[in-house]
Amino acid sequence: MFSGEQIAELLESLGVTHVVTVPDSTIGQWQGAIEQRGATQLVRVCREGEAWQVAAGLYMGGASPLVMIQCTGLFESGDAIRNAIHDWKLPLFAIIGYRSYLNQDTLPGDTCLVFTEPTLDAWKIDYKLITAPNQFPVIAEHFAATRAGCTAGAIVVAEGKA
Amino acid sequence: MMQAKEALAVVHELRGKDDVVITTMTPARDWMTMPQGPLDLVLVPSAMSHATSMGLGLALAQPERRVIVCNGDGSMVMNLGSLVSIAEARAANLTVLVFDNGTYEVTGSQRVPGAGSVNFVQLADGAGFRATFQFFDIETWRRGARNALFAPGPTFIWLRVEPVIGLPGPKSPGPAGARATAFMEAIRGG
Repeated sequence: MFSGEQIAELLESLGVTHVVTVPDSTIGQWQGAIEQRGATQLVRVCREGEAWQVAAGLYMGGASPLVMIQCTGLFESGDAIRNAIHDWKLPLFAIIGYRSYLNQDTLPGDTCLVFTEPTLDAWKIDYKLITAPNQFPVIAEHFAATRAGCTAGAIVVAEGKA
Repeated sequence: MMQAKEALAVVHELRGKDDVVITTMTPARDWMTMPQGPLDLVLVPSAMSHATSMGLGLALAQPERRVIVCNGDGSMVMNLGSLVSIAEARAANLTVLVFDNGTYEVTGSQRVPGAGSVNFVQLADGAGFRATFQFFDIETWRRGARNALFAPGPTFIWLRVEPVIGLPGPKSPGPAGARATAFMEAIRGG
């Protein structure tokens, strides 16, 4: 839906210092452009729960991190989200790939469609769903809104094949 | 083996005033019996096993500071991948200590998987840590601690300590949100 160059430029414009990430087949394609642009440091972690807690440390240390994971990793992240956002009250922001939203050819009946948005609601994460390229400005708008409110937030990007 | 609290006291004595010290689980309980500073982050409540991940984030955000994470063995085996993440990030200012007592002490001293057989230094070496150390008695630890704690990292230190049976787990020293605010003021202003 979006090119790596678009995302890299956006991250720089938002002042994002670090992207803490586990890739999927969509968001992972942005890594090269982010690294090439050089304004935002990629932090590669082994599991998505780590990503939220690394981002928590970055935020407390004065950086401006962003978590970038797939929705499957969101499911893995529960305790880390609960602790960082709700115990320590850190306004972390994430871009989350929404597997199979646009295309279920690879995984017909993918249960990611059942659980992704209820999971975000359960963790009280203020999210915006993006399903078309013309919604690109929503990312910056929502990032700015959550920063202004000092609240956690997420952008959920609809994806095609798994 | 050594007493966990006396092993932790060595860290307390040697840490610099600008160093961040993160404690969780049993080390957190013992750390709170010692004088506290503004750059002490007692991770109670914590996300299970994520003190190392929090430490990595702080180390990357504050590369001029030493960040020391005092972890338990149960927490470490729950998040072994974080060793790889730390090595991947080449966090030269990060030191991870594992206080290995072989038990989930805060939940009533149940056995940790691999207790007595896991070699934590081999795990850290294999993950790619730059410096690794192991200390199994207090005198050797006291002699080697300064060199180990402040070695160019990422640095890993394995301490074999005695379990303590019957003590309660650590209690939060106050609302986490307020403590986060105070900690951020201290670390960003320092």
